[in-house]
Amino acid sequence: MALPLSYNVRNLRQRWKVTLLAIFGIGLVVAVFVTLLSMESGFRIALRSTGSPLNGIVTQRGSMSELTSWMNIADADVFMVDPRVARDSNGKAMASCEVVILANRPRKSDNQPANITFRGVTPMAFKVRNNLKVVEGRSFTPGLYEVIVGERIADRVQGLDVGSVLNVQKKDWKVVGLFVAEGGSFESEIWGDYDAMAPAIRRNGGCESVTVRLQDPGTLAAFDKDLRANPRVQLQMDSEPKYYENLAGPTAAALLGLAAFVAVVMGIGAVFGAMNTMYAIVSQRTREIGTLRALGFSRFSILFSFVLESVLLALIGGALGCLAAFTMNGYTAGTGNTNSFSELAFAFKLTPALLIFGMVFAVVMGFVGGMLPAFRAASMPITRALREA
Amino acid sequence: MSTTEIAARAGAVSVQDVRKFYQRDSMQIKVLDGLSLEVPEGEFLALMGPSGSGKTTLLNLIAGIDRATSGRVVVAGTYLGSLSEGELAKWRSRNVGFIFQFYNLIPVLNAVENVELPLLLTSLSGRERRERALTALRIVGLADRSKHYPRQLSGGQEQRVAIARAIVTDPKVLVADEPTGDLDSQSAEEILDLIQTFNRDFGKTIIMVTHDPRAAARAHTQRHLEKGVLTA
Repeated sequence: MALPLSYNVRNLRQRWKVTLLAIFGIGLVVAVFVTLLSMESGFRIALRSTGSPLNGIVTQRGSMSELTSWMNIADADVFMVDPRVARDSNGKAMASCEVVILANRPRKSDNQPANITFRGVTPMAFKVRNNLKVVEGRSFTPGLYEVIVGERIADRVQGLDVGSVLNVQKKDWKVVGLFVAEGGSFESEIWGDYDAMAPAIRRNGGCESVTVRLQDPGTLAAFDKDLRANPRVQLQMDSEPKYYENLAGPTAAALLGLAAFVAVVMGIGAVFGAMNTMYAIVSQRTREIGTLRALGFSRFSILFSFVLESVLLALIGGALGCLAAFTMNGYTAGTGNTNSFSELAFAFKLTPALLIFGMVFAVVMGFVGGMLPAFRAASMPITRALREA
Repeated sequence: MSTTEIAARAGAVSVQDVRKFYQRDSMQIKVLDGLSLEVPEGEFLALMGPSGSGKTTLLNLIAGIDRATSGRVVVAGTYLGSLSEGELAKWRSRNVGFIFQFYNLIPVLNAVENVELPLLLTSLSGRERRERALTALRIVGLADRSKHYPRQLSGGQEQRVAIARAIVTDPKVLVADEPTGDLDSQSAEEILDLIQTFNRDFGKTIIMVTHDPRAAARAHTQRHLEKGVLTA
């Protein structure tokens, strides 16, 4: 039979100073690791929740993003009449022709310039993307130099509050409202009327992208194939969520890489910290170990007991680390998107899976850190252990 | 009575031509040199001798916490050399009670939990374990200290708890290594009284290593070791 758990708990409590140090070390690593992962997760979610799975986005063939895409209205007409495109109650194709440029505004945090996507949309955009909701002020009036701003970017960038006026392409645009889009990357954009914006930014007569609502999303692959095969146009179609998720690729990979790097470097440190603590605990309790062995406890129960103690210590550290990381949940940060060159604001997203991952990481650190000292404790000759002071 | 007959009886100890060497770097240190000893069941034996004479090593071999380099050690009918590490641990938990000079109580466990420790290796239920541990504490006169931690007890009381732990599994043999070595004379007398009681009233075979002639005088038999050999 193994030693009772209360034995380990009381030992940790009695040596609280050395225990606290190890707990702090492991907690710190878990906190940093989970925070980094929650940042990566938030970034990915911001892009993943952008766009509806019912929509396809049409861009110029070969372009990586809207910024490098262009099509004439005549090209857009080719697929807008396709029966696979859904119609609204008036029988109009649910397709939103959009123009995009980058506007430069200083950030609130460091006064450094940030590129913000400035998007001109038709009224159909709000039907195609029905998750947009104006939460302050009102929507822009078609034909006027008015814009609505994503709430998340308004938090991070100067001069985007309702009532502010921003000068873009030598025109003054009045901010008349703030909107949300279920946390998606549209919340990092500024939207205005296509008819007002296209001439102002010299994008008349065409679109950078067209977002279409499909009758059946299952037809997207065939639709894309047909577009690519059509010699009259140079177009391609992606699923809207996939398009935005692909935009995240390099940045998300960099964040994940950073999280992994930090986890490995700090994790090694924490393992050595836990190991050091456990070695100290073993040497303080050498005679105790000898006594337990003499009484008949097997090598395995001693090994198990010490590894358990280390894992217990790591679990406390892990829980505290997760709690610390939790304070960052929802924190808004921003980063440059390497594909769209624009600022993307996103909220740190701590998911249950990340918390579990953090705890598992803590347990692994505790296990590895406790194994060698525990092995030392278990393999010590009883007579030698009993002689120790 | 022959050696084999003695060894076959529970509680008896038979040490035959035992040698024990320790290797320190390239040097081989001889601790026991062809030692033989017979201890009948119910005997109270005191082992005496100068430091380094091999008393504790002999005690450790009999208790099954060390192994002889050569020779046979048979305790309570079991030839200890034939047991694996795990079997030996199990055998110790059932057959030997330990009384150490410095009590060796677990500081984070209270008196009754310390006494209960060896019972964790049995199939007894939690309630039965607790009852037995309390009975053992009652026998050593410490029932009212069952919830006290070692740091809250005097040296004499700590040794009583250790004795309760040694007898709680009802072992056949009690080994005591300088059980009064860390106690004042009054506590030492009380502890020796207790050990003597277990020998006299409960028939335990007791092997005690001591430097103290007053403690040794309580034993039925005194044997002296010098340089790994029994001299008297």
